[in-house]
Amino acid sequence: MQVPLSWYLIVAAALFCIGLYGALSRRNAIAILMGVELMLNAVNVNLLAFWRHVETPAGTLTGQVFAITVITVAAAEVAVGLALIIAVYRNRHTVDVEDVDLMKL
Amino acid sequence: MNVSQVVFVILSAIVLVGAVGVVTNRNLFRSALLLVLSFVGIAGFYILLEAEFLAMVQLLVYVGAISILIIFAVMLSRRMMAPDFKAQNEQWLGGLLTAVVLFAILAFILLRVSWPAMPAPVPDNTIERLGQALVSPDQFVLIFEVSSVLLLVALVGAVVVARQR
Repeated sequence: MQVPLSWYLIVAAALFCIGLYGALSRRNAIAILMGVELMLNAVNVNLLAFWRHVETPAGTLTGQVFAITVITVAAAEVAVGLALIIAVYRNRHTVDVEDVDLMKL
Repeated sequence: MNVSQVVFVILSAIVLVGAVGVVTNRNLFRSALLLVLSFVGIAGFYILLEAEFLAMVQLLVYVGAISILIIFAVMLSRRMMAPDFKAQNEQWLGGLLTAVVLFAILAFILLRVSWPAMPAPVPDNTIERLGQALVSPDQFVLIFEVSSVLLLVALVGAVVVARQR
């Protein structure tokens, strides 16, 4: 009746790798942030899949609380990250991470 | 295949197609909209996992707040739509190779382990117990309070960083 745990893990792994590719290959800083969001979502799917399949018989809720914490941290990360991107765009008129090399030797 | 497995396959297709669109689309605005599609599919996963509260949180926070924030940032930095602009940097091939190798390793490991099969049914009062667990001193109240401080710091930090000087 139920979906096997390994299916969730495979899909989450694929989602994580797609997000990793996005974070590594894009030039636009906002697109890199989107890749990071995909990776965080893949982690959340893993957490909840393990909660459902491993933790439910014990009756505890650590997986759900951990997922809520990840969502909170992701929201804070996006807010600060986009503020940084806006500040960089205002000062240097670009969001291309290759052009933002002020601190590079 | 039973009904929930069919639903799972459909949701996986939505999520993965959306995610591939996010990382490959040259138009950043379309990337953001495909990101919304991916997030909605993941909320479907949570419903399938009987974590209804998390599904609602996913819709409210990711679809409602984070996606809108990203779309705002795309609109505020709009000079990137020039037709000769390349979306990928020159290390995209290495990134693709890294992602594919990582997925191959993960899939190899995941398919060799025998996972617990049939989960026990979720109790009816899960959301009630989740609310109590978040504020009870012997469980997760510290995480709850630290999260609130983190959100406050992020709020103030974002305003300070993005403010016009």
